[in-house]
Amino acid sequence: MKKLLAILMASAMVLTVAGCGGGGNSSSTGSESSSTPEGGEEVKFSSAMVTDVGGVNDQSFNQSAWEGLQTAQKDMGIEVKYIESKQEAEYGPNLEILSDEGHDLIWGVGFMLQSAVMDAAAKNPETMYALVDSDFGADAPKNTIGVLFRAQEPSFLVGYIAGKVTETDKVGFVGGMKSETIDQFEYGFRAGVAYAAKELDKEIAVDVQYANSFGDSGLGKSIAQKMYAEGCDIVFHAAGNVGVGVIEAAKENDKWVIGVDQDQNHLAPDNVLTSAMKMVGKAMNIVIQDMIDGKDLGGQTLVFGIKEGCAGIAPTSEKNVPEDVLADTIVLEEKIVSEEIVPPYSEDTFNAFIESLAK
Amino acid sequence: MLLTLTLAINITLMYSAPLIFTSLGGVLSERSGVVNIGLEGMMVIGAFTGAAVGYFSQNPWLGFLCAGLAGGFLALFHAIACVSFRANQTISGVALNFIGLGAALFLSRIFFDGATMTKPVPNKMPKAFTWLLGDTENQILRNLNVDITVLLAMGIAVLLWFILYKTKWGLRIRAVGEHPAAADTLGINVYRIRYIAVILSGVLAGFGGAAQSLAVVSIFSPTVISGHGFIALAAVIFGKWTPQGSVLACLLFGFAQALVVLLGGGTVNIPPQLLSMLPYVLTIVVLVLFVGRSAAPKASGTPYEKGVR
Repeated sequence: MKKLLAILMASAMVLTVAGCGGGGNSSSTGSESSSTPEGGEEVKFSSAMVTDVGGVNDQSFNQSAWEGLQTAQKDMGIEVKYIESKQEAEYGPNLEILSDEGHDLIWGVGFMLQSAVMDAAAKNPETMYALVDSDFGADAPKNTIGVLFRAQEPSFLVGYIAGKVTETDKVGFVGGMKSETIDQFEYGFRAGVAYAAKELDKEIAVDVQYANSFGDSGLGKSIAQKMYAEGCDIVFHAAGNVGVGVIEAAKENDKWVIGVDQDQNHLAPDNVLTSAMKMVGKAMNIVIQDMIDGKDLGGQTLVFGIKEGCAGIAPTSEKNVPEDVLADTIVLEEKIVSEEIVPPYSEDTFNAFIESLAK
Repeated sequence: MLLTLTLAINITLMYSAPLIFTSLGGVLSERSGVVNIGLEGMMVIGAFTGAAVGYFSQNPWLGFLCAGLAGGFLALFHAIACVSFRANQTISGVALNFIGLGAALFLSRIFFDGATMTKPVPNKMPKAFTWLLGDTENQILRNLNVDITVLLAMGIAVLLWFILYKTKWGLRIRAVGEHPAAADTLGINVYRIRYIAVILSGVLAGFGGAAQSLAVVSIFSPTVISGHGFIALAAVIFGKWTPQGSVLACLLFGFAQALVVLLGGGTVNIPPQLLSMLPYVLTIVVLVLFVGRSAAPKASGTPYEKGVR
C-alpha cells in the first residue's frame, strides 16, 4: 500500500511540474535562431530576455517584449531567445543561464528583476544587460542599460479624450499600487482631463482610487462599480489584472473604460474607448539597433515616449472616439512631441502643471 | 445613502458568492472527516473550465456545470489518496493546489494559442432579477440585481444544511466525521461516504471557481483565483464547520471588502494600505469577540483504517 501511495504522489508531482513548465524543466524556453535577415546581409548579434512571472503570453509587457525581439529577428537578422520565469526565485538562475550562453544583450523584463539583473551584471562584467521599466540610479554599472517610459504621455492623451467625451463631467482612475510608475499614469491622466476641461471651459472631477493589488479582479470590479454608480461615465485603469474587473464593470453598466499598456479593445469592443499604450518591444528594437550601430549605451538610462514612437493611443481608438476629438488628440500628440506641452508625472509636477494651466 | 447601502449589498454578495460555494464544499468534506486544503486548486481548475467551456460553447450554464465536473475530478484524486491510501490529507491537498493551477495554465496554453488567459466569454451567467426589472436605468435597482450565482449559492447552503441535519445521509456523514469506527460497526460504509463527500466538495469548489470566472468577471486569468480557496477554508473554521456559519463568515468577508471599496477614494483620504488590512482585522476581531470556542469534527484529518483501534 505504501509503495502504491508513493508512486501516486510521485506521479502527481511530475504532473504538476509538467503542468507548470509545459516540459520536463521548471522553466520553458524558446529560441528561434535562423539568422538570415530578409534584407540579406548577416549581422552577428544575439539578444535574449528573461520574463517576469507573467510569462511570455501575458497579453501585457512580457508579450510586447517578446514580439519586439521577434521583430528584431525579422528586420535585423539577429538571434533571439527567451526564458520564462515561473517564480521570483528563478530570475537569478535564468539570467545566469543566458549569461553562460554568451548573448550580446540580455534583457530583464519588468522592474521586479532589478536586483537580479544587478547581480548578474556584477558577476559578468563582459556581458551587457538591459532592464525594462526600471533603472539603476546614479551609479549604474557600466554594463547595464535602464529602459524607462514616459507613461504620462499616452495617459495625458487618454485623459484628454476622456475629458472631451464625458457627459457627466466626472471620470475615474483605478490604480494598482501607489508607486512612481503608477503615478505617471495617474497624474498624466488627470492633467489630460484638466486640459480638456480648460478647453471646454468647465469643471471635470476625477475620482481616484487605489486597489492596493495588481491581481484581485473582484476588487477592481467593485471599485469601478462604485465609480459608475456615483456618476463617472469613463474609468481609466492602470492596475494589471485588477483592470480585468474594471472592464467587466464597464460592460455590465454599459459605460466607457480606457485600457492600459496594450490595446485592450478586444476585451470589450463596445466599451473600451481607447487604450494608453506603452510599446516595450519597439523600445527594445531601438536599443538593439543602437548597439548594432556601435553606440555605447552602458550605464545609461534611456527614456522612451511618444517622440520615439514607443507610446501612444491604441489604433482601435477611431472605432469609439468621435472623429473631431480624435483629430484634436492628434494635434495634442504633436504638441507633446515638440515639447510645447510636458505632461506631469508626479504630484509636484502635476500641481505646477495645473497652475500654469490657470494662467 | 440608499444608493451607498445597495452598493454595499451588491459588492458584499458579488464578493462572497464564489467563497460560499467553496466553503460549503469545505464543510461537507471536513464533516465527513477529510481535510480539504486543495479547495484553491479545485477552484482554479473550475474557473478555467468554466471560462473555456463557456467560451467555446457560448453557454455559461454548460460552462458552470463542467466547472463542477472538473473540480470533482480533481477531488477524486484527493479521495483516492486520502481515503483509499490513507495519505496525509494536508500534503495531498497542497499537491492538488499546485496541480490545479498548473493544469489550468497548461490547458489554457493549449486551447488559447499559448496564452495563460482565456478569451472573454460571449455570454456570462445572467443576473437574477433581469426578468423582473428589465434593463432598468435606476441605479438602486441595478445594484440589487445580483448575479444568479448568489441565489444558487444560498440555495445550496440551505440544501446542505437540510441534508446534514435533517436527513439520514447527513447523520451518516457527521457520524463518519466524528467517530468512523463506531459508524463502521453500525454497518455504514465509511469509505463510500468519504468518497462522496470529498468529490462533492470538489464539485462545489469548481462551482465557486466558475462563479468567479463566469459571473464576477467573464474571463479566466492566472490571478482570477488568488487565495479565494484559502479564505473559504478559513470561513469553514470561522463558521464552526456548519453551513450556516460559513455562509455568514463569507458574507462578513465580502462585507469587509465592500467597506474597503466604499471607504477608499473620495474626499476623506484613508491610506489604501490601512484599508487593505480591514478585512483581516475585522475577521480577527469578530473571531475573538463573537465566535468563541470552535471544535473541529473529531475524526477530521485522520484517515480511517478498518479494524484498527
